[in-house]
Amino acid sequence: MNLRPLYMLLAIVLVLWVLIPIFLIATLAFSDRASVFAWPKGLLPQQFSLETISFFFGVEGVWKAIRNSLVVAAMTLVFSVLLGAPAGYALARYRFAGADAYRLLILMTRAFPLAILAIPLAVQFINLGIYDTAFGVALVHTALALPFAVLVTSSLFLGIPKELEEAAWTLGCNRIQAFLRVVLPLALPGLAATAIFAFVISWNEVFAATLLTLRERTLPAFLLTSLNDSPLPFRFAGGFFLIVPALVFIFIIRRYLFTLWGIANR
Amino acid sequence: MRSERYIPYLLILPSVVFLLFLFAWPLLEALLLSVRDSGGQWTLENFRRMAADLYFPDALKYTLLLTLVIVPLQVVMALGMALLLGGISRGRDLFLYVWTIPLGISDLAAGIVWLSIFTERGYLNSFLQGIGLIQQPQLWLSYETPWMIFVAVVAAEVWRATAIVFVILVAGLQLIPKEYSEAAEVFGATPWQRFWKVTLPLLMPSLQVALILRTILALEVFAVVVALGGRNLPVLAGEAYYWYNAYQNPGVAAAYAVIILGISVVATLLYLRLMRSKQEGAA
Repeated sequence: MNLRPLYMLLAIVLVLWVLIPIFLIATLAFSDRASVFAWPKGLLPQQFSLETISFFFGVEGVWKAIRNSLVVAAMTLVFSVLLGAPAGYALARYRFAGADAYRLLILMTRAFPLAILAIPLAVQFINLGIYDTAFGVALVHTALALPFAVLVTSSLFLGIPKELEEAAWTLGCNRIQAFLRVVLPLALPGLAATAIFAFVISWNEVFAATLLTLRERTLPAFLLTSLNDSPLPFRFAGGFFLIVPALVFIFIIRRYLFTLWGIANR
Repeated sequence: MRSERYIPYLLILPSVVFLLFLFAWPLLEALLLSVRDSGGQWTLENFRRMAADLYFPDALKYTLLLTLVIVPLQVVMALGMALLLGGISRGRDLFLYVWTIPLGISDLAAGIVWLSIFTERGYLNSFLQGIGLIQQPQLWLSYETPWMIFVAVVAAEVWRATAIVFVILVAGLQLIPKEYSEAAEVFGATPWQRFWKVTLPLLMPSLQVALILRTILALEVFAVVVALGGRNLPVLAGEAYYWYNAYQNPGVAAAYAVIILGISVVATLLYLRLMRSKQEGAA
């Protein structure tokens, strides 16, 4: 019995399951007000219009929230690579006492409810004067992204033969030169993927961002806090806009997805 | 060469300091916050207030129920998808990409996406009208129908977060040498037997990781619920948020956070214990 066609059919059903909701929200985001409230709705777009999406961008505070989100995500990206990559390199290249304990620490932090971090930090950040700042939110987002950064960069550096580095030493490079000239160029695509992943984690995070800000809301925090008193077109356009960058980023880093999650689970 | 021994410690030092500052310290602070009053006196008042709150029993009930429904659904579905991927010859990369798209979608965005389906003039009602089941739009996401909000949250979570389980399981499957399954085939095992006796036991470590990770994340479900039902379907993380933001009471909020952590730890230990004995039983 040939099961291939059945497999293919199931696979396509799963593709539709993922794509149809995205298609529906995109349809709503690019239609006019009347179609958003239309009843009953057809599956296909009624009328292409920029009314809903321009209404969203016209709401006061949206651009500021987008700018805040970008700043926080950029800081998270820089912090997690700067903190994570050296640790990843250490795990890949050296055997040292405490390496296993360190690995365990990294894994434990990944399995931590966010509420237990965000609530006390909100209280303490007020005392430290970094409450309601992009920097404060970026610190918490870095804590979320760092475990991934360490584990991914470690597997990345493991994949670059140590012999290349040693050859550079014998040719007169010191350690830092050898790293910058030999290892770094080879590691660059993977490091970029790590950075993008950190960016996405930050861009998507809502709980901590909401608790740690008051006026300097990130986009998800702004959306969440205005959900109850905002009209449906605003919510749909906002939801769609949140998804777009994530889609692009996942496409760019798709080659590294299994390194990100596959290795990270050991 | 003596100085070399310090290099790895120097390299991990920044991240260790960072994690102490952003994990160890807040954890300690959260515990202290939950068992002390604003004057610094030891008290169980925060937990008492939490337990006496009208929303607490429902929040606990719904959080646990959501986890119990969502996680098994996701694991079964992701396992099916991972095995299905092995049976597909053409377009494998494309399926892989599309199936993992939800990895990049936030919980808030997923909640809003499914709001467009379950809302009063949404796609679900339009569909039901189209097949003649209803005439007028039905209000699904109201406090009168918490079970329907529950269904919507389950749909949104399964849609969004099954991909994480899927990726972990595919990575795990890739580690299993083909020879085991082939050997079983030589000895006459049916595909069904090969799955239960060879693949599944060897996949146990990955399953364990996926279960632990997803359970912990499911226990702190928040933005999806807020987007779909507001407070009409109370959950623990949501209550922590309301107590901190709306009621300005970090003590009770911390008590909620401690409860979430407590349940997560118990669940993790349970998985480690149950699945170890299963692994040994299979060996």
